[in-house]
Amino acid sequence: MRVLMFGWEFPPHIAGGLGTACYGMTRGLARNDVEVIFVVPRAYGDEDQRFVRVVNASDVETLGGREQEFSTEFLDKVSFIHIDSNMVPYISPEEYAVYHDEFVRRGETRRETDLWRKRYTFSGKYGANLMEEVARYAMVAAQVARDLEGQFDVIHAHDWLTYFAGIAAKRVSGNPRVVHMHATEYDRSGENVNRQVYDIEKAGMQAADRVIAVSDLTRRIVVERYGIEARKVVTVHNAVRFGTKEEKAPERSVDEKIVTFLGRITYQKGPDYFVEAAAKVLARVPNVRFVMAGSGDMMQHVVRRVARLGIADRFHFTGFLRGEEVQRMFRLSDVYVMPSVSEPFGISPLEAMRSGVPVIISRQSGVAEVLDYAVKINYWDVDALADAIYGLISYPALGRMFATKGLEEVNGLKWSSAAAKIKAVYEAAVAEAEA
Amino acid sequence: MKTICFYFQVHQPRRLKRYRFFDMGQDHNYLDELSNRSIMQQVARRCYLPMNNLLLNMIRESEGRFRCTFSITGSAVEQMRLYAPEVLESFRNLARTGCVEFLGETYSHSLASLASKEDFRQQVALHTRLMQEEFGVTPAAFRNTELIYSDRIGADVAEMGFRTMLAEGARHVMGWKSPDFVYANPLDQRLRLLLRNYKLSDDIAFRFSNREWDQWPLTADKYAGWLADGEQQGEVINLFMDYETFGEHQHADTGIFDFMKALVPAVLAHRELQFATVSEAAEAHRPVAVLHSPHVMSWADEERDVTAWLGNEMQNEAFSKLYALRPLLRQLDSPDFDHVWNFMQTSDHFYYMATKWLSDGDVHAYFNPYESSYDAFINYMNVLSDFEIELRRAAAARCPEAGRGEPVPAECA
Repeated sequence: MRVLMFGWEFPPHIAGGLGTACYGMTRGLARNDVEVIFVVPRAYGDEDQRFVRVVNASDVETLGGREQEFSTEFLDKVSFIHIDSNMVPYISPEEYAVYHDEFVRRGETRRETDLWRKRYTFSGKYGANLMEEVARYAMVAAQVARDLEGQFDVIHAHDWLTYFAGIAAKRVSGNPRVVHMHATEYDRSGENVNRQVYDIEKAGMQAADRVIAVSDLTRRIVVERYGIEARKVVTVHNAVRFGTKEEKAPERSVDEKIVTFLGRITYQKGPDYFVEAAAKVLARVPNVRFVMAGSGDMMQHVVRRVARLGIADRFHFTGFLRGEEVQRMFRLSDVYVMPSVSEPFGISPLEAMRSGVPVIISRQSGVAEVLDYAVKINYWDVDALADAIYGLISYPALGRMFATKGLEEVNGLKWSSAAAKIKAVYEAAVAEAEA
Repeated sequence: MKTICFYFQVHQPRRLKRYRFFDMGQDHNYLDELSNRSIMQQVARRCYLPMNNLLLNMIRESEGRFRCTFSITGSAVEQMRLYAPEVLESFRNLARTGCVEFLGETYSHSLASLASKEDFRQQVALHTRLMQEEFGVTPAAFRNTELIYSDRIGADVAEMGFRTMLAEGARHVMGWKSPDFVYANPLDQRLRLLLRNYKLSDDIAFRFSNREWDQWPLTADKYAGWLADGEQQGEVINLFMDYETFGEHQHADTGIFDFMKALVPAVLAHRELQFATVSEAAEAHRPVAVLHSPHVMSWADEERDVTAWLGNEMQNEAFSKLYALRPLLRQLDSPDFDHVWNFMQTSDHFYYMATKWLSDGDVHAYFNPYESSYDAFINYMNVLSDFEIELRRAAAARCPEAGRGEPVPAECA
C-alpha cells in the first residue's frame, strides 16, 4: 500500500497536536508496511524560485536529532515533499490577512522570535489571502500528483487547508481519497463558524471516499452538522508515541505543587475555566502554583483576568514552548488540566500521562472516549474542576493511583494499532474504487 | 523680578532581564546587566557628560548667576558607580560651585508614596543618605517620583522636614490660577510648592526639535522673550524636565546644547529676570495661596494623574503583590534582599505595563525593553515570585514557623 499524504510539518516545527499526530501516524503506517509520500507546506522565505522540493526523510529535522529518531524501516518507507507555502496549521483567514498586511506594509519576511508567540516564518510571496493560498496550494499539489503518477494508491489529506489539494490530486490521478478530520470549524469557533471554511470542509468530505474522524465526538459532528453519509465516516482514535530514551525528571526548583495548562490559549481550549478554577483552589491552599504554557489570541484577556483575581504571584505564563520544553513542563507538573470547550481528540493529556502526571480532562474531548484513568469534568463546571485539582494535590494516594494506572493505560494506545485501522480504511477505499 | 527655576531629573531604572517560569527557584540574578550598562554609558556619553560640562561653563561664565537644580535617583547613582563613575565626578564638580541644588526624592524612583507612609519614609531616608555620601549635601527641597503629589503626600513630606516640594501645574488642579507663583500645602502650610510651567517646560523638552511646531526653530532670544513677557503675571517660572532631554530625547544635532548655551546671556540680558535653585526660589517669594489637591496628580501623560503606573488590573496586581512583601523584608533585614526590594520598586516597571498607548505611546515606548505590556507584567511577576520564594526560604531558615505564609510568631520577628 502506498499513500500520498498531504500533512503538516513535523516536530519540532509544530504549533499543536496536529503535527505530533501526523508524525506518530506516519511512523505507525511505516511499521504497518505502508509507504508514505509526505507532502508538507513550508514557507522557505525566498532563497530560490522553486515551489516544490523533495526532501529525504533523513534530512528532516526532528525532535531528538536525526539518526537516533528514524529507524531504517522509516527511512525506507517515508519520503517528503515540501511545497512552498504560507499555510500553517490553525491559521484562520483573519490571522492570515493580518500577517499579509503586515508583510505588505513592512516589506519584509516575518520571523517570529518572540518568546511569547509561536514560531513561524511568514513570507509575502504567496497568496494575498488564505483562500487564494489554499487554491494555489491545490494547483501545486495537482502537479505533484501528476509527477508521481503510478507511485501511490491512495490520497490522504489532513484538515481543511489541504482538502482542495487532495481533490486536485484525485482528479489528476484518479486514486481514491481519504480525508482526516482533526478539528472541525465548530471546534475552533464555537457557533460562530466561518462560512467559507465550513464550505471547504463540507465539500472536501463530500468528495472523499472515506472520512476519518479522530473521535466519536468528531464523527457525530461530521455526520450531524455537515450531513456526511455515516457509512463512510470512520473513527480512528489518535495514539501517543513513546520516546526511546528515558529522560530523568528535571530538578524541581519550587516547593509548591504545579498544576499545568498546556495548549493554544484560544476559545477552543477553555483557558478561562482553568483560571477561574485556579482562583478557587488558591483561596483554599497556598502551596500550589498554576502554569499556563502556550500562546494564542486569548492570552491578553487571560493575563488581565489573572491580575484582576489577584493571583498573579501564583499563576505563571511561560509563552509558547517547543519540543523539549514541553517535555520538561510535563515532568515538572503534578496535575495536568485540559478544560477544552470542544476538543476533537486532544493528544496532550496522553503526553502528560506518559510523563506520569495525573490528568483532568473535559468530557467535551475525544480523548475522554479512550481514557478511564483521567478525571473527567464538564468544561463549564469550574467547581468540579477546582475540586478535582484540590483532590489530586491534597491526597497523594489519589494522584499516585491516577499516575500509575494512567501510565499503563496510555502505554496501550499505540500508533501502530491506530495506523493498522487507517490502513484498513485505505484498503476499503481502494477496493471500493476498483469495484 | 521674575525667577527662572530650572530643575533636571536624572533617572535610569535597573531593567530586568527576560526571566522565565523555568528560572524560578534557580536563578536569582534578575537584572539585564548588558542593556543597563549600555544604556547608562550611551546616555552618559550623549547627555550627562556634555551637558554637565556645559552647565559648569555656564555657571563660570555667568559668574554664578546661572543656577539650577538636580534630582538624581538612587538607581541612577548605583548604575553610575558601576558603569560610568566619571559622571558622578562631574556632578560633584557641579555641586562644588554652590550654584547647584540637589533635591530629595525616593531612592528607587518608586511609587512608595502611594503604598504607605512607612515605605515612603524609608525610601526617602535612603536617598538622603546617598546624597550626603555622594555629593556632601542634605536635600532641603523634595520632588516625588514623576511629580506625584497630593495634599496628603505633601503633608508627609513636610513631616520629614522638607520645606519645599515640586508639583505639576496641572490644569485640572490649577483651574484659573497661574503656576508662576509659590503656593502652600493646605494641610501643612509651612510646605511651599513650586509648580511646573508645563507649557514653557515642554517647549524645550518636547517641542524643541519639532518642525511641525509653528514656533520652530526656537532661539534663545525668542524663548527669553517669552520668559520676560510682561503680559504674563508671575514671580517664578518653573522649568522642570528630564535631564535626558539634552542630547538624548533632543539629539545634539538639533542644536539643543547651543540653545542652552545662548539662553543664559539671553535671559540675563533682561534686567527683570534671574536664575535660582528650587529652595532659593521658594525662599524668595511668599506663597500667594494654599493649593488644594485632594486627588493624586503627576506630570505624566495627558491625564496628569497616576494611571500611567496604576491604571489597569495588571499594574494594581503587581503593585499590591510587591508591597505585600514588606513584612518579610523588615523581618529579614538583609542588605542583599533590600537591594532587590529597591530595584523592584522602581516605577518604570509599572510604566511598561501601561495599556493606554493612544496619546502618549512615544513616551512610554522610550527605552522600553518589552514588546507589550503583557510581557512586562508576566516578566515582572516571574521575578517577583522568585524573590518571594527566596524571602520565604530565608525566613524559614531563620525561623521554621515563618515562611509558610502564616503570621510570624513574635519571637521570630
